[in-house]
Amino acid sequence: MTQINAKQDLIDYTVRLGDDAIVIGHRVSEWVSKAPFIEEDIALGNVALDFIGHARMYYTYAANVDNTLTGKNDKTEDDFAYLRDERQFQNHLLHELHKGDFAYTTMRQLLVDVYNKYFLEQLKNSNDETLAAIAIKAAKETKYHCRRSKDWTLRLGDGTEDSHQRMQKALDDLWGYSHELFEQDELELRLVEAGIAVDCASLKASWLAEITAIIEQATLTVPTQEWAVRGGRQGYHTEHLGHLLTEMQFVHRSFPGAKW
Amino acid sequence: MADHMQIIPTKTPEQFKREQFRRHSAVPELWECLDHVTDPEIPVLSLWDIGILKDIKRQGDHATVTITPTYSGCPAMDAISEDIENAFQAIGIKSTKIVTELSPAWTTEWMTEKGRNKLRGYGIAPPNDVVGSDNEITSETQVLCPHCSSSNTHLVSEFGSTACKALFQCDACSEPFDLFKHI
Repeated sequence: MTQINAKQDLIDYTVRLGDDAIVIGHRVSEWVSKAPFIEEDIALGNVALDFIGHARMYYTYAANVDNTLTGKNDKTEDDFAYLRDERQFQNHLLHELHKGDFAYTTMRQLLVDVYNKYFLEQLKNSNDETLAAIAIKAAKETKYHCRRSKDWTLRLGDGTEDSHQRMQKALDDLWGYSHELFEQDELELRLVEAGIAVDCASLKASWLAEITAIIEQATLTVPTQEWAVRGGRQGYHTEHLGHLLTEMQFVHRSFPGAKW
Repeated sequence: MADHMQIIPTKTPEQFKREQFRRHSAVPELWECLDHVTDPEIPVLSLWDIGILKDIKRQGDHATVTITPTYSGCPAMDAISEDIENAFQAIGIKSTKIVTELSPAWTTEWMTEKGRNKLRGYGIAPPNDVVGSDNEITSETQVLCPHCSSSNTHLVSEFGSTACKALFQCDACSEPFDLFKHI
């Protein structure tokens, strides 16, 4: 592989990780001022901020690599966040699904946070020093996210009849979107080979074991129905992403270069 | 007599390393200048106290400051960069370059002893005021109340007013307070 192709692979992969983080970060931020009570409002706002912080690290790095490739110095994190269209985003679909009710958000966070825990643990060993440094930073924050999601899952799953039912429905509705997290395309396989990307297929067993243990402790049932929706990494999205991007990008696009 | 004495370290090894580094700097006046620049969210803590200031270099009337973010999404970082530039401009440094370094990742171990005391005085429990040596927060975790020093406290929320804090309430004096979380 030529060096230019290798760098382009690195940019594409890093942008994917940024896409996952910004999309879920924005989605969680939709809870601000709408959460069940004020402490939870603040907690969700902070969790969203952590994800947006991770996205900024990934996008900034991708922009830096891109600038060394083009020899220009014109790409920034904002180009990735604000100036790409739906089909160019390559986040996993699970991240973009609507906000739903509090049970839905909690269950999605549990699935994503536990995934991130194992994912970042591997990314720490990446041959790419910057990705490894980002992983070390993000892993520390993810530890708090995991604990919070687990606590809420136990509390709501093993809570009232209503909260239990909502959690089970959320799990059933989200389950088919979780398989995509462990699938790899050519790009990722090339980068796994190079020791840069995480071999995400290898994370499935640990993820499933931990999720199953939490789900069962929360008196919920892991779905047995097999169905899967995929396509996020190829730019095929659900109807939810377009709406999210519209809200996230419109100020930047309507007022280019605006500052406050 | 020495046999009976127990050595209680007041500084973490990380803090000691930072102090050594600062002591050997060629530009102590610039470090002192930034002792007056504080975290906009927690105005009692200087950048040095909180542990995000890593290095300062001077080339004539130009300076390079290396900082490390606390939490990756911390919105205070932009304001901090601006404050550093302004502080240096006031002492005649025309341009300042801020370099953000991710690795090694910031840890609360870098917070100074003075900073921890100042936090407590400000009503925020420093990370080392968690009762017991375990740094993990659970619903059973107790923290010394910064107001009345009671350990009869309980966790209200994993996140306080900012990502770096958790919200607690003291059951002795009833006051709510933030814990600066260990990370």
